[in-house]
Amino acid sequence: MFEFCSDPKSLEGLRWFACYFTTGKHLLFYQSFLVVIALMLVTVPCALAMGFAGALAARSHVAPLRWIGKGYSALARGVPDIAFFLFVPLALDQGLEWLRHKTKCPDWDLPVRQGNDFVVCAQAKLPLSSAPQWQHELYGVSLAVIAFAFVFGAFAAFVLSGAMNAVPKAQLETGEAYGMTRRQITWRILIPQMWVYALPGLSNLWMILIKATPLLFILGVEDIVYWAREMGGTKTQAYDYPHGDWRLWYFLGLLVFYLSLTKVSEVFLARLSRRLSHGQATMAGEEMRRAA
Amino acid sequence: MKSIILSTVFAVAAGAALAASHSQTVRLGTEGAYPPFNFIDDNGQVSGFEREVGDELCARAELTCEWVTNDWDSIIPNLVSGNYDVIIAGMSITDERDQVIDFTQNYFPPASSAYVAMAPDVDLEGGVVAAQTATIQAGHVAETGATLVEFATPEETIAAVRNGEADAVFADKDYLKPFVEESNGELMFVGEDVQLGGGVGLGLRESDTELKEKLDAAITSMKEDGSLNELLKKWFGEDTATY
Repeated sequence: MFEFCSDPKSLEGLRWFACYFTTGKHLLFYQSFLVVIALMLVTVPCALAMGFAGALAARSHVAPLRWIGKGYSALARGVPDIAFFLFVPLALDQGLEWLRHKTKCPDWDLPVRQGNDFVVCAQAKLPLSSAPQWQHELYGVSLAVIAFAFVFGAFAAFVLSGAMNAVPKAQLETGEAYGMTRRQITWRILIPQMWVYALPGLSNLWMILIKATPLLFILGVEDIVYWAREMGGTKTQAYDYPHGDWRLWYFLGLLVFYLSLTKVSEVFLARLSRRLSHGQATMAGEEMRRAA
Repeated sequence: MKSIILSTVFAVAAGAALAASHSQTVRLGTEGAYPPFNFIDDNGQVSGFEREVGDELCARAELTCEWVTNDWDSIIPNLVSGNYDVIIAGMSITDERDQVIDFTQNYFPPASSAYVAMAPDVDLEGGVVAAQTATIQAGHVAETGATLVEFATPEETIAAVRNGEADAVFADKDYLKPFVEESNGELMFVGEDVQLGGGVGLGLRESDTELKEKLDAAITSMKEDGSLNELLKKWFGEDTATY
Protein backbone atom coordinates (compact mmCIF):
# COMPACT_ATOMS: atom_id res chain seq x y z
CA MET A 1 0.00 0.00 0.00
CA PHE A 2 2.71 2.46 1.04
CA GLU A 3 5.92 2.74 -0.90
CA PHE A 4 8.15 2.02 2.07
CA CYS A 5 6.44 -1.38 2.51
CA SER A 6 8.40 -3.02 -0.31
CA ASP A 7 10.91 -4.62 2.09
CA PRO A 8 8.87 -5.65 5.15
CA LYS A 9 11.71 -7.36 7.04
CA SER A 10 13.71 -4.14 7.35
CA LEU A 11 10.84 -2.11 8.84
CA GLU A 12 10.53 -1.09 12.46
CA GLY A 13 8.10 0.59 14.81
CA LEU A 14 5.21 2.59 13.43
CA ARG A 15 6.17 1.96 9.82
CA TRP A 16 6.08 -1.78 10.44
CA PHE A 17 2.57 -1.48 11.86
CA ALA A 18 1.45 0.85 9.08
CA CYS A 19 2.53 -1.77 6.54
CA TYR A 20 1.29 -4.69 8.61
CA PHE A 21 -2.23 -3.33 8.90
CA THR A 22 -2.48 -2.61 5.20
CA THR A 23 -1.38 -5.99 3.81
CA GLY A 24 -3.64 -7.70 1.30
CA LYS A 25 -4.55 -10.14 4.01
CA HIS A 26 -5.68 -7.39 6.37
CA LEU A 27 -7.77 -5.85 3.62
CA LEU A 28 -9.53 -9.22 3.31
CA PHE A 29 -10.02 -9.13 7.07
CA TYR A 30 -11.63 -5.68 6.91
CA GLN A 31 -13.76 -6.82 4.01
CA SER A 32 -15.03 -9.75 6.06
CA PHE A 33 -16.57 -7.28 8.53
CA LEU A 34 -18.63 -5.88 5.68
CA VAL A 35 -19.60 -9.41 4.66
CA VAL A 36 -20.90 -10.10 8.17
CA ILE A 37 -22.91 -6.87 8.26
CA ALA A 38 -24.25 -7.46 4.75
CA LEU A 39 -25.22 -10.99 5.72
CA MET A 40 -27.27 -9.71 8.65
CA LEU A 41 -28.96 -7.06 6.56
CA VAL A 42 -29.92 -9.63 3.93
CA THR A 43 -30.95 -12.23 6.48
CA VAL A 44 -33.32 -9.96 8.40
CA PRO A 45 -35.90 -9.38 5.64
CA CYS A 46 -35.71 -13.05 4.64
CA ALA A 47 -36.18 -14.24 8.22
CA LEU A 48 -39.00 -11.75 8.76
CA ALA A 49 -40.72 -12.90 5.60
CA MET A 50 -40.37 -16.55 6.65
CA GLY A 51 -41.61 -15.66 10.13
CA PHE A 52 -44.54 -13.67 8.79
CA ALA A 53 -45.58 -16.51 6.50
CA GLY A 54 -45.12 -18.99 9.36
CA ALA A 55 -47.21 -16.91 11.76
CA LEU A 56 -50.02 -16.42 9.25
CA ALA A 57 -49.94 -20.12 8.39
CA ALA A 58 -50.13 -21.06 12.07
CA ARG A 59 -53.30 -18.91 12.43
CA SER A 60 -54.84 -20.20 9.23
CA HIS A 61 -58.26 -21.85 9.18
CA VAL A 62 -57.01 -24.34 6.62
CA ALA A 63 -55.77 -27.30 8.64
CA PRO A 64 -52.78 -28.44 6.53
CA LEU A 65 -51.45 -24.87 6.37
CA ARG A 66 -51.81 -24.58 10.12
CA TRP A 67 -49.89 -27.84 10.60
CA ILE A 68 -47.08 -26.63 8.38
CA GLY A 69 -46.88 -23.30 10.23
CA LYS A 70 -46.88 -24.89 13.66
CA GLY A 71 -44.61 -27.76 12.65
CA TYR A 72 -42.06 -25.40 11.15
CA SER A 73 -41.72 -23.29 14.24
CA ALA A 74 -41.69 -26.31 16.56
CA LEU A 75 -39.03 -28.04 14.46
CA ALA A 76 -36.63 -25.13 14.09
CA ARG A 77 -37.06 -24.04 17.69
CA GLY A 78 -36.49 -27.52 19.06
CA VAL A 79 -33.35 -28.50 17.14
CA PRO A 80 -29.98 -26.93 18.07
CA ASP A 81 -29.00 -24.12 15.70
CA ILE A 82 -25.67 -25.68 14.97
CA ALA A 83 -27.25 -28.94 13.82
CA PHE A 84 -29.37 -26.93 11.40
CA PHE A 85 -26.41 -24.94 10.19
CA LEU A 86 -24.57 -28.11 9.38
CA PHE A 87 -27.60 -29.79 7.84
CA VAL A 88 -29.44 -27.14 5.80
CA PRO A 89 -26.58 -25.95 3.53
CA LEU A 90 -25.32 -29.49 2.90
CA ALA A 91 -28.77 -30.88 2.18
CA LEU A 92 -29.63 -27.91 0.00
CA ASP A 93 -26.38 -28.09 -1.95
CA GLN A 94 -26.62 -31.81 -2.62
CA GLY A 95 -30.36 -31.59 -3.28
CA LEU A 96 -29.92 -28.83 -5.88
CA GLU A 97 -27.02 -30.62 -7.52
CA TRP A 98 -29.03 -33.82 -7.66
CA LEU A 99 -31.97 -32.03 -9.31
CA ARG A 100 -29.70 -30.37 -11.86
CA HIS A 101 -28.02 -33.70 -12.45
CA LYS A 102 -31.37 -35.35 -13.21
CA THR A 103 -32.38 -32.67 -15.69
CA LYS A 104 -29.04 -31.89 -17.34
CA CYS A 105 -27.52 -35.35 -17.58
CA PRO A 106 -30.34 -37.83 -18.19
CA ASP A 107 -27.97 -40.29 -19.90
CA TRP A 108 -25.67 -40.61 -16.92
CA ASP A 109 -25.78 -44.29 -15.90
CA LEU A 110 -23.52 -44.25 -12.83
CA PRO A 111 -25.04 -43.87 -9.37
CA VAL A 112 -24.84 -40.45 -7.70
CA ARG A 113 -23.54 -41.99 -4.52
CA GLN A 114 -20.48 -44.12 -5.10
CA GLY A 115 -19.35 -45.36 -1.73
CA ASN A 116 -18.42 -42.20 0.15
CA ASP A 117 -18.44 -40.02 -2.91
CA PHE A 118 -21.24 -37.75 -4.03
CA VAL A 119 -20.75 -37.59 -7.78
CA VAL A 120 -22.83 -35.57 -10.23
CA CYS A 121 -21.93 -34.77 -13.81
CA ALA A 122 -19.72 -31.73 -14.39
CA GLN A 123 -22.55 -29.62 -15.84
CA ALA A 124 -24.67 -30.16 -12.74
CA LYS A 125 -22.10 -28.83 -10.31
CA LEU A 126 -23.25 -25.79 -8.42
CA PRO A 127 -21.47 -23.50 -9.06
CA LEU A 128 -19.60 -25.03 -12.00
CA SER A 129 -16.04 -26.11 -11.22
CA SER A 130 -14.85 -23.62 -13.81
CA ALA A 131 -16.68 -20.72 -12.15
CA PRO A 132 -14.40 -18.10 -10.57
CA GLN A 133 -13.79 -18.33 -6.86
CA TRP A 134 -16.01 -15.38 -5.94
CA GLN A 135 -19.04 -17.23 -7.29
CA HIS A 136 -18.26 -20.16 -5.05
CA GLU A 137 -17.97 -17.82 -2.10
CA LEU A 138 -21.20 -16.04 -2.96
CA TYR A 139 -22.91 -19.41 -3.26
CA GLY A 140 -21.59 -20.41 0.18
CA VAL A 141 -22.83 -17.17 1.72
CA SER A 142 -26.24 -17.57 0.06
CA LEU A 143 -26.61 -21.04 1.53
CA ALA A 144 -25.69 -19.56 4.90
CA VAL A 145 -28.35 -16.83 4.49
CA ILE A 146 -30.95 -19.50 3.76
CA ALA A 147 -29.91 -21.49 6.83
CA PHE A 148 -30.04 -18.37 9.00
CA ALA A 149 -33.39 -17.29 7.55
CA PHE A 150 -34.82 -20.75 8.14
CA VAL A 151 -33.80 -20.90 11.80
CA PHE A 152 -34.47 -17.27 12.69
CA GLY A 153 -37.69 -17.29 10.66
CA ALA A 154 -39.06 -19.92 13.03
CA PHE A 155 -38.32 -17.78 16.05
CA ALA A 156 -39.76 -14.75 14.29
CA ALA A 157 -42.90 -16.76 13.47
CA PHE A 158 -43.33 -17.48 17.14
CA VAL A 159 -42.81 -13.87 18.15
CA LEU A 160 -45.17 -12.61 15.46
CA SER A 161 -47.95 -15.05 16.27
CA GLY A 162 -47.61 -14.06 19.92
CA ALA A 163 -47.89 -10.42 18.88
CA MET A 164 -50.95 -11.18 16.75
CA ASN A 165 -52.61 -12.79 19.77
CA ALA A 166 -51.73 -9.76 21.89
CA VAL A 167 -53.73 -7.33 19.75
CA PRO A 168 -56.89 -6.67 21.82
CA LYS A 169 -59.73 -8.97 20.73
CA ALA A 170 -62.19 -6.09 21.01
CA GLN A 171 -60.51 -4.34 18.11
CA LEU A 172 -60.94 -7.35 15.85
CA GLU A 173 -64.53 -7.82 16.96
CA THR A 174 -65.28 -4.20 16.21
CA GLY A 175 -63.97 -4.75 12.72
CA GLU A 176 -66.26 -7.75 12.38
CA ALA A 177 -69.21 -5.68 13.60
CA TYR A 178 -68.53 -3.23 10.80
CA GLY A 179 -68.88 -6.08 8.36
CA MET A 180 -65.20 -6.48 7.43
CA THR A 181 -64.11 -9.83 6.06
CA ARG A 182 -61.49 -11.96 7.89
CA ARG A 183 -58.90 -10.92 5.35
CA GLN A 184 -59.65 -7.23 5.82
CA ILE A 185 -59.48 -7.59 9.61
CA THR A 186 -56.11 -9.30 9.35
CA TRP A 187 -54.54 -6.78 7.00
CA ARG A 188 -56.17 -3.56 8.20
CA ILE A 189 -56.47 -4.06 11.96
CA LEU A 190 -54.38 -6.96 13.15
CA ILE A 191 -51.11 -6.49 11.27
CA PRO A 192 -50.70 -2.71 11.63
CA GLN A 193 -51.18 -3.01 15.37
CA MET A 194 -49.14 -6.12 16.10
CA TRP A 195 -45.70 -4.58 15.41
CA VAL A 196 -45.51 -2.78 18.69
CA TYR A 197 -46.11 -6.05 20.52
CA ALA A 198 -43.64 -7.88 18.31
CA LEU A 199 -40.84 -5.37 18.60
CA PRO A 200 -39.33 -6.46 21.96
CA GLY A 201 -39.20 -10.06 20.77
CA LEU A 202 -37.88 -9.12 17.35
CA SER A 203 -35.18 -6.85 18.73
CA ASN A 204 -34.11 -9.69 20.96
CA LEU A 205 -33.89 -11.90 17.86
CA TRP A 206 -31.81 -9.28 16.07
CA MET A 207 -29.36 -9.28 18.97
CA ILE A 208 -29.16 -13.07 18.87
CA LEU A 209 -28.66 -12.94 15.12
CA ILE A 210 -25.74 -10.55 15.54
CA LYS A 211 -24.18 -12.89 18.02
CA ALA A 212 -24.87 -15.94 15.87
CA THR A 213 -22.94 -14.65 12.85
CA PRO A 214 -19.71 -16.39 13.90
CA LEU A 215 -21.53 -19.61 12.98
CA LEU A 216 -20.58 -18.61 9.42
CA PHE A 217 -17.15 -19.84 10.32
CA ILE A 218 -18.56 -23.35 10.79
CA LEU A 219 -20.04 -23.21 7.31
CA GLY A 220 -16.59 -22.54 5.90
CA VAL A 221 -17.26 -18.91 5.02
CA GLU A 222 -14.11 -16.94 5.72
CA ASP A 223 -15.66 -14.55 8.21
CA ILE A 224 -14.11 -12.29 10.84
CA VAL A 225 -13.55 -15.16 13.28
CA TYR A 226 -11.66 -17.14 10.66
CA TRP A 227 -9.42 -14.19 9.82
CA ALA A 228 -8.87 -13.20 13.45
CA ARG A 229 -7.68 -16.70 14.29
CA GLU A 230 -5.60 -16.97 11.14
CA MET A 231 -3.88 -13.61 11.60
CA GLY A 232 -3.53 -13.74 15.35
CA GLY A 233 -1.57 -16.98 15.27
CA THR A 234 2.21 -16.98 15.61
CA LYS A 235 3.83 -16.11 12.30
CA THR A 236 7.27 -17.49 11.47
CA GLN A 237 9.78 -16.05 9.03
CA ALA A 238 7.90 -17.78 6.22
CA TYR A 239 5.60 -14.75 6.37
CA ASP A 240 6.53 -11.18 5.52
CA TYR A 241 5.47 -9.89 8.92
CA PRO A 242 6.50 -12.42 11.56
CA HIS A 243 5.04 -11.91 15.03
CA GLY A 244 4.12 -13.84 18.18
CA ASP A 245 0.76 -15.10 19.35
CA TRP A 246 -1.56 -12.10 18.91
CA ARG A 247 -4.86 -13.94 18.97
CA LEU A 248 -5.81 -12.17 22.20
CA TRP A 249 -5.64 -8.78 20.48
CA TYR A 250 -7.50 -9.88 17.41
CA PHE A 251 -10.27 -11.47 19.43
CA LEU A 252 -10.41 -8.35 21.59
CA GLY A 253 -11.00 -6.41 18.38
CA LEU A 254 -13.93 -8.72 17.56
CA LEU A 255 -15.31 -8.18 21.04
CA VAL A 256 -15.27 -4.42 20.56
CA PHE A 257 -16.86 -4.80 17.12
CA TYR A 258 -19.73 -6.93 18.40
CA LEU A 259 -20.28 -4.73 21.45
CA SER A 260 -20.50 -1.58 19.38
CA LEU A 261 -22.81 -3.30 16.91
CA THR A 262 -25.21 -4.35 19.65
CA LYS A 263 -24.99 -0.93 21.30
CA VAL A 264 -25.89 0.88 18.08
CA SER A 265 -28.75 -1.57 17.55
CA GLU A 266 -30.08 -0.96 21.05
CA VAL A 267 -30.20 2.78 20.54
CA PHE A 268 -31.87 2.39 17.16
CA LEU A 269 -34.43 -0.14 18.43
CA ALA A 270 -35.33 2.02 21.42
CA ARG A 271 -36.15 4.88 19.02
CA LEU A 272 -38.17 2.60 16.79
CA SER A 273 -40.13 1.35 19.79
CA ARG A 274 -41.03 4.94 20.79
CA ARG A 275 -42.24 5.67 17.30
CA LEU A 276 -44.36 2.55 17.06
CA SER A 277 -45.91 3.10 20.50
CA HIS A 278 -47.20 6.49 19.45
CA GLY A 279 -51.00 6.47 19.47
CA GLN A 280 -51.25 2.80 20.43
CA ALA A 281 -53.60 1.39 23.06
CA THR A 282 -50.67 0.08 25.09
CA MET A 283 -49.12 1.26 28.34
CA ALA A 284 -46.23 2.94 26.55
CA GLY A 285 -48.65 4.61 24.14
CA GLU A 286 -50.87 5.75 26.98
CA GLU A 287 -47.90 7.23 28.82
CA MET A 288 -46.86 9.15 25.72
CA ARG A 289 -50.40 10.48 25.35
CA ARG A 290 -50.42 11.74 28.96
CA ALA A 291 -46.99 13.31 28.66
CA ALA A 292 -47.99 15.20 25.52
CA MET B 1 -25.39 -5.44 -11.14
CA LYS B 2 -24.87 -5.23 -14.85
CA SER B 3 -21.24 -6.20 -14.49
CA ILE B 4 -22.25 -9.18 -12.36
CA ILE B 5 -24.65 -10.37 -15.04
CA LEU B 6 -22.07 -9.76 -17.72
CA SER B 7 -19.36 -11.58 -15.88
CA THR B 8 -21.72 -14.47 -15.13
CA VAL B 9 -22.56 -14.71 -18.79
CA PHE B 10 -18.89 -14.54 -19.57
CA ALA B 11 -18.09 -17.21 -16.99
CA VAL B 12 -20.77 -19.53 -18.37
CA ALA B 13 -19.54 -18.95 -21.89
CA ALA B 14 -15.95 -19.49 -20.81
CA GLY B 15 -17.01 -22.63 -18.96
CA ALA B 16 -18.70 -23.97 -22.08
CA ALA B 17 -15.67 -23.11 -24.18
CA LEU B 18 -13.38 -24.85 -21.72
CA ALA B 19 -15.58 -27.93 -21.62
CA ALA B 20 -15.51 -28.02 -25.39
CA SER B 21 -11.73 -27.93 -25.54
CA HIS B 22 -11.56 -30.80 -23.01
CA SER B 23 -9.45 -28.72 -20.69
CA GLN B 24 -10.65 -29.34 -17.20
CA THR B 25 -10.86 -27.01 -14.22
CA VAL B 26 -9.60 -28.74 -11.13
CA ARG B 27 -10.18 -27.22 -7.71
CA LEU B 28 -7.33 -27.78 -5.29
CA GLY B 29 -8.33 -27.80 -1.64
CA THR B 30 -5.74 -26.86 0.96
CA GLU B 31 -5.69 -25.86 4.60
CA GLY B 32 -3.71 -22.65 4.32
CA ALA B 33 -2.42 -22.85 7.88
CA TYR B 34 0.54 -25.20 7.64
CA PRO B 35 3.73 -23.37 6.73
CA PRO B 36 5.94 -24.13 4.96
CA PHE B 37 3.67 -26.69 3.22
CA ASN B 38 0.78 -24.32 2.62
CA PHE B 39 -0.19 -21.00 4.15
CA ILE B 40 -2.01 -17.79 3.36
CA ASP B 41 0.69 -15.23 2.65
CA ASP B 42 0.44 -11.55 3.52
CA ASN B 43 -1.32 -10.79 0.25
CA GLY B 44 -4.06 -13.23 1.15
CA GLN B 45 -2.92 -15.79 -1.45
CA VAL B 46 -2.21 -19.47 -0.91
CA SER B 47 1.56 -19.87 -0.80
CA GLY B 48 4.20 -22.39 0.22
CA PHE B 49 5.80 -25.60 -1.04
CA GLU B 50 2.49 -27.14 -2.08
CA ARG B 51 1.40 -24.04 -3.96
CA GLU B 52 4.47 -24.32 -6.18
CA VAL B 53 4.18 -28.09 -6.57
CA GLY B 54 0.45 -27.85 -7.28
CA ASP B 55 0.84 -25.14 -9.92
CA GLU B 56 3.62 -27.11 -11.61
CA LEU B 57 1.62 -30.36 -11.56
CA CYS B 58 -1.36 -28.59 -13.08
CA ALA B 59 0.83 -27.12 -15.82
CA ARG B 60 2.28 -30.54 -16.63
CA ALA B 61 -1.08 -32.31 -16.56
CA GLU B 62 -2.56 -29.47 -18.68
CA LEU B 63 -5.24 -28.67 -16.15
CA THR B 64 -6.64 -25.31 -15.12
CA CYS B 65 -6.35 -25.14 -11.39
CA GLU B 66 -8.11 -23.05 -8.79
CA TRP B 67 -7.00 -22.85 -5.15
CA VAL B 68 -9.52 -23.19 -2.35
CA THR B 69 -8.96 -23.19 1.40
CA ASN B 70 -10.91 -25.38 3.78
CA ASP B 71 -10.60 -26.25 7.46
CA TRP B 72 -8.49 -29.31 8.12
CA ASP B 73 -11.26 -30.89 10.15
CA SER B 74 -13.72 -31.10 7.26
CA ILE B 75 -11.22 -31.36 4.42
CA ILE B 76 -12.05 -35.01 3.56
CA PRO B 77 -15.87 -34.71 3.85
CA ASN B 78 -15.82 -31.67 1.57
CA LEU B 79 -13.71 -33.53 -0.97
CA VAL B 80 -16.07 -36.50 -1.17
CA SER B 81 -19.11 -34.23 -1.38
CA GLY B 82 -17.50 -32.51 -4.37
CA ASN B 83 -16.64 -29.00 -3.14
CA TYR B 84 -13.17 -29.42 -4.64
CA ASP B 85 -11.41 -32.19 -6.51
CA VAL B 86 -7.98 -32.61 -4.92
CA ILE B 87 -6.62 -32.33 -1.38
CA ILE B 88 -3.14 -30.86 -1.35
CA ALA B 89 -2.61 -30.08 2.30
CA GLY B 90 0.41 -31.92 3.65
CA MET B 91 -1.77 -34.99 4.09
CA SER B 92 0.17 -38.15 4.89
CA ILE B 93 -0.85 -41.33 3.13
CA THR B 94 -2.33 -43.74 5.68
CA ASP B 95 -4.44 -46.89 5.45
CA GLU B 96 -7.34 -45.34 7.34
CA ARG B 97 -7.59 -42.40 4.96
CA ASP B 98 -7.06 -44.68 1.98
CA GLN B 99 -10.32 -46.44 2.83
CA VAL B 100 -12.24 -43.21 2.33
CA ILE B 101 -10.31 -41.43 -0.42
CA ASP B 102 -7.56 -42.28 -2.91
CA PHE B 103 -4.00 -41.03 -2.86
CA THR B 104 -1.52 -40.40 -5.65
CA GLN B 105 2.07 -41.44 -5.10
CA ASN B 106 3.81 -39.22 -2.57
CA TYR B 107 5.38 -35.91 -3.57
CA PHE B 108 6.99 -35.46 -0.17
CA PRO B 109 9.03 -38.40 1.20
CA PRO B 110 8.00 -40.11 4.47
CA ALA B 111 9.17 -37.71 7.16
CA SER B 112 9.69 -37.72 10.89
CA SER B 113 7.35 -36.33 13.46
CA ALA B 114 8.82 -34.82 16.61
CA TYR B 115 7.96 -33.57 20.08
CA VAL B 116 8.55 -29.94 21.05
CA ALA B 117 8.40 -28.69 24.63
CA MET B 118 9.57 -25.78 26.79
CA ALA B 119 11.79 -27.95 29.01
CA PRO B 120 14.03 -30.92 28.17
CA ASP B 121 12.65 -33.20 30.90
CA VAL B 122 8.91 -33.40 30.11
CA ASP B 123 7.12 -36.73 30.44
CA LEU B 124 6.08 -37.68 26.93
CA GLU B 125 4.38 -40.94 27.93
CA GLY B 126 2.35 -39.70 30.89
CA GLY B 127 2.05 -35.96 30.34
CA VAL B 128 -0.32 -33.85 28.26
CA VAL B 129 0.56 -33.74 24.56
CA ALA B 130 -1.08 -31.44 22.01
CA ALA B 131 -1.70 -32.45 18.39
CA GLN B 132 -3.90 -31.30 15.56
CA THR B 133 -7.27 -33.06 15.21
CA ALA B 134 -7.46 -35.94 12.75
CA THR B 135 -3.74 -36.13 12.05
CA ILE B 136 -1.52 -39.20 12.19
CA GLN B 137 0.29 -37.50 15.04
CA ALA B 138 -2.91 -37.31 17.11
CA GLY B 139 -3.43 -41.02 16.46
CA HIS B 140 0.10 -41.77 17.58
CA VAL B 141 -0.18 -39.76 20.80
CA ALA B 142 -3.39 -41.58 21.68
CA GLU B 143 -1.47 -44.87 21.45
CA THR B 144 1.46 -43.79 23.64
CA GLY B 145 -0.62 -43.39 26.77
CA ALA B 146 -0.08 -39.65 27.04
CA THR B 147 -3.14 -37.44 27.51
CA LEU B 148 -4.02 -36.09 24.08
CA VAL B 149 -5.42 -32.59 23.63
CA GLU B 150 -6.54 -31.83 20.10
CA PHE B 151 -6.74 -28.47 18.32
CA ALA B 152 -8.33 -27.45 15.03
CA THR B 153 -5.24 -25.70 13.64
CA PRO B 154 -1.57 -26.67 13.97
CA GLU B 155 -0.63 -23.22 15.22
CA GLU B 156 -2.91 -23.64 18.25
CA THR B 157 -1.04 -26.79 19.29
CA ILE B 158 2.17 -24.79 19.66
CA ALA B 159 0.35 -21.96 21.44
CA ALA B 160 -0.96 -24.58 23.90
CA VAL B 161 2.61 -25.52 24.84
CA ARG B 162 3.62 -21.87 25.17
CA ASN B 163 0.80 -21.04 27.56
CA GLY B 164 1.19 -24.19 29.61
CA GLU B 165 -1.97 -25.98 28.52
CA ALA B 166 0.08 -28.89 27.22
CA ASP B 167 3.51 -30.23 28.18
CA ALA B 168 4.56 -30.90 24.62
CA VAL B 169 3.32 -30.76 21.04
CA PHE B 170 3.70 -33.63 18.58
CA ALA B 171 3.69 -32.70 14.88
CA ASP B 172 5.58 -32.94 11.60
CA LYS B 173 9.18 -32.00 12.27
CA ASP B 174 9.31 -29.82 9.18
CA TYR B 175 6.39 -27.79 10.48
CA LEU B 176 7.87 -27.41 13.97
CA LYS B 177 11.41 -26.55 12.91
CA PRO B 178 10.91 -22.82 12.13
CA PHE B 179 8.99 -22.32 15.37
CA VAL B 180 11.81 -23.87 17.39
CA GLU B 181 14.51 -21.96 15.55
CA GLU B 182 12.77 -18.61 15.99
CA SER B 183 11.79 -19.03 19.63
CA ASN B 184 15.19 -17.88 21.05
CA GLY B 185 15.67 -21.14 22.91
CA GLU B 186 12.23 -21.08 24.51
CA LEU B 187 11.04 -24.13 22.56
CA MET B 188 13.15 -27.26 21.98
CA PHE B 189 12.88 -30.67 20.41
CA VAL B 190 12.59 -33.41 23.04
CA GLY B 191 12.56 -37.21 22.87
CA GLU B 192 13.08 -39.32 19.78
CA ASP B 193 11.78 -38.53 16.33
CA VAL B 194 9.08 -40.92 15.13
CA GLN B 195 8.58 -42.09 11.55
CA LEU B 196 4.90 -41.95 10.64
CA GLY B 197 2.87 -42.34 7.46
CA GLY B 198 3.85 -43.08 3.88
CA GLY B 199 4.79 -39.59 2.79
CA VAL B 200 2.51 -36.81 1.62
CA GLY B 201 0.29 -37.44 -1.39
CA LEU B 202 -2.57 -35.76 -3.20
CA GLY B 203 -5.99 -36.90 -1.98
CA LEU B 204 -8.72 -37.60 -4.53
CA ARG B 205 -12.21 -39.04 -4.62
CA GLU B 206 -12.10 -42.81 -5.21
CA SER B 207 -14.27 -42.34 -8.28
CA ASP B 208 -11.83 -39.89 -9.89
CA THR B 209 -9.45 -42.45 -11.41
CA GLU B 210 -8.70 -40.49 -14.57
CA LEU B 211 -7.56 -37.40 -12.69
CA LYS B 212 -5.47 -39.56 -10.40
CA GLU B 213 -3.60 -41.06 -13.37
CA LYS B 214 -2.89 -37.62 -14.84
CA LEU B 215 -1.54 -36.26 -11.56
CA ASP B 216 0.46 -39.41 -10.87
CA ALA B 217 2.14 -39.05 -14.24
CA ALA B 218 2.89 -35.39 -13.53
CA ILE B 219 4.44 -36.24 -10.15
CA THR B 220 6.57 -38.95 -11.79
CA SER B 221 7.84 -36.48 -14.37
CA MET B 222 8.68 -33.94 -11.64
CA LYS B 223 10.57 -36.60 -9.73
CA GLU B 224 12.46 -37.68 -12.83
CA ASP B 225 13.72 -34.28 -13.94
CA GLY B 226 14.70 -33.20 -10.42
CA SER B 227 12.36 -30.20 -10.27
CA LEU B 228 10.58 -31.67 -7.25
CA ASN B 229 13.89 -32.01 -5.41
CA GLU B 230 14.67 -28.36 -6.12
CA LEU B 231 11.38 -27.27 -4.57
CA LEU B 232 11.94 -29.53 -1.56
CA LYS B 233 15.33 -27.92 -0.97
CA LYS B 234 13.97 -24.44 -1.48
CA TRP B 235 11.25 -24.82 1.15
CA PHE B 236 12.71 -27.33 3.63
CA GLY B 237 16.46 -26.63 3.49
CA GLU B 238 19.42 -28.25 1.79
CA ASP B 239 19.55 -31.32 4.02
CA THR B 240 15.91 -32.37 3.62
CA ALA B 241 15.06 -35.85 2.32
CA THR B 242 14.77 -35.87 -1.48
CA TYR B 243 13.94 -38.38 -4.21
